[in-house]
Amino acid sequence: MSLLELVGVKKSFGAIEALRGVTFNVEAGSVVALVGDNGAGKSTLMKTITGVYKPDAGEVHFDGVPLADKDPRAIREAGVEMIYQDLALAKMRDVAANIFLGRERTWSFLGLRFIDHKAMRDEAAAMIEKLGARVKSVSQIAGQLSGGQQQSVAIARALTFNPKLVIMDEPTAALAVREIEHVLDLIRRLKTQGIAVILISHRLTDVFAVADRIVVLRQGEVIADDPVGQTSMAAVVAHIVGAEEPAREGAA
Amino acid sequence: MSLAAASLPQSLRQRLLGATAFRVESLFVLAALCGIMAVLSPYFLSISNILNILLATSVIGVLAIGATFVISSAGIDLSVGSVLALSGVVGCQLIANFDLLWPVGILACIAAGGAAGFVNGFLVTRGGIPPFIVTLGMLGVARGFALVLTNGLPIYGLPDPIVYIGQGRPLGVPSPVYVLLATAAIAHVVLTQTRFGLYAQVIGDNESAARAMGVAVERHKTLLYTLSGALAGLAGLLFAARVNAGDPTAGLNYELTAVTATIIGGTNLFGGKGSVVGTIIGALIMGVLQNGLNLLAVPSFYQQMAIGAVLVLAVWLDRINAVQGWRR
Repeated sequence: MSLLELVGVKKSFGAIEALRGVTFNVEAGSVVALVGDNGAGKSTLMKTITGVYKPDAGEVHFDGVPLADKDPRAIREAGVEMIYQDLALAKMRDVAANIFLGRERTWSFLGLRFIDHKAMRDEAAAMIEKLGARVKSVSQIAGQLSGGQQQSVAIARALTFNPKLVIMDEPTAALAVREIEHVLDLIRRLKTQGIAVILISHRLTDVFAVADRIVVLRQGEVIADDPVGQTSMAAVVAHIVGAEEPAREGAA
Repeated sequence: MSLAAASLPQSLRQRLLGATAFRVESLFVLAALCGIMAVLSPYFLSISNILNILLATSVIGVLAIGATFVISSAGIDLSVGSVLALSGVVGCQLIANFDLLWPVGILACIAAGGAAGFVNGFLVTRGGIPPFIVTLGMLGVARGFALVLTNGLPIYGLPDPIVYIGQGRPLGVPSPVYVLLATAAIAHVVLTQTRFGLYAQVIGDNESAARAMGVAVERHKTLLYTLSGALAGLAGLLFAARVNAGDPTAGLNYELTAVTATIIGGTNLFGGKGSVVGTIIGALIMGVLQNGLNLLAVPSFYQQMAIGAVLVLAVWLDRINAVQGWRR
């Protein structure tokens, strides 16, 4: 059985059908690239998995358990983490608070629970060091960090709680070449640890560098789902833009 | 290096003020204001006048603590002045008509305010109506309802224990001051040391991130408006107890003063960061300003103008600071 199974997932916003019955699987420890043009439904699909949106129809199973009736907190608890394209950081909070956002360490006194700032700082510092991220102090305010550092914080948050599946939405879009290599290395490392990755990216070179399978989404439907060895960049581009035949030279 | 030189006072500042996160300038403003008033009026620094200021600050302070939570979440509650009046009236009427025990009266005031706040929160989260509009509507509805319940006339005669909450002076200090201090201490701990307070600020900082990370944003916002209403109910109790009456015209324009106190204390008008300590300093600034203008026999019409001007000035200075990249 696959780690993540989507069957006939549909989602509409008013008259707009963002997802028209999406079906695909993600095996444990595999890297699945999800590609498609802007507006193809990639982000909607991912937010449906993470519980931010409820699907109108269809089923999402994770580890054999249906996710449909779960909220984002429960879905994170089940082992699904997402690194959002906008990073989803609280810019006025420090690094430690961001890494533990939604999962704060607490201590109890007379049945009341208080945030354990020290435990969070210590654990966050350990995680940042383990990832080799260049963040000076976990007490720094997230909004004052560079873009690359902010992404490190978002990545640290996704990996701190032993996820089984990490969804990355355009993780390399805003990065310099050297930083892109770091992210691709990280994806390979997650794979060796048995953690599945869904990689959403416009950069097909990155996709072909790390993915096991490539799923192409167009107008809310899966129109191609191939192992990376059985497809080509030209074929993927053709699927993305909706050409019938693989694109001719120069057509991409 | 200039960078190192700049970061040293920054870290010291963070260590000293980290948990309270108030606007340091507000303390200077308070001190300067006290200095000026002391020079202008010999009576200003007398014990009885200082106690007067603290007494006058307590009702506004309780309202402003509620505003601190709501504004931290990038919301606004303009209904607190009216809810204060409605709560006081409801509490007094229940006590007068049904001969209830005084502790029930206290709970009734707070519950009435909390109920109005819950309606605000429900309409903001389920109705998807901007908080500015919802609470502006409640400002009208709650005031009108208070007038309808009383035919526009105050309800006199509260039981002695409740009057003591407004007029008593344990150890020479007016009892509302104790209520304010206790409320502020609890609110400070809640805002800085609990998930409830943290999430209020994170919702104001980045609402979609809060939602994505599993914060129940709608439920939390509803609780924040309910809290603001309940604190308005507590303020209504203090007000009614002080004047020994449930007055449907109580708390007129108090929302203006409460929001101003909150903003000048350093709570970010656009959400993300709040400080109860700052709010209390802000409330004291408003109290000193009003008291000083009274001592100088400035007509109260001018006081309204002064409060409004201070609010706009505080936000304007904030904008200038933000543009210059100066951040605490």
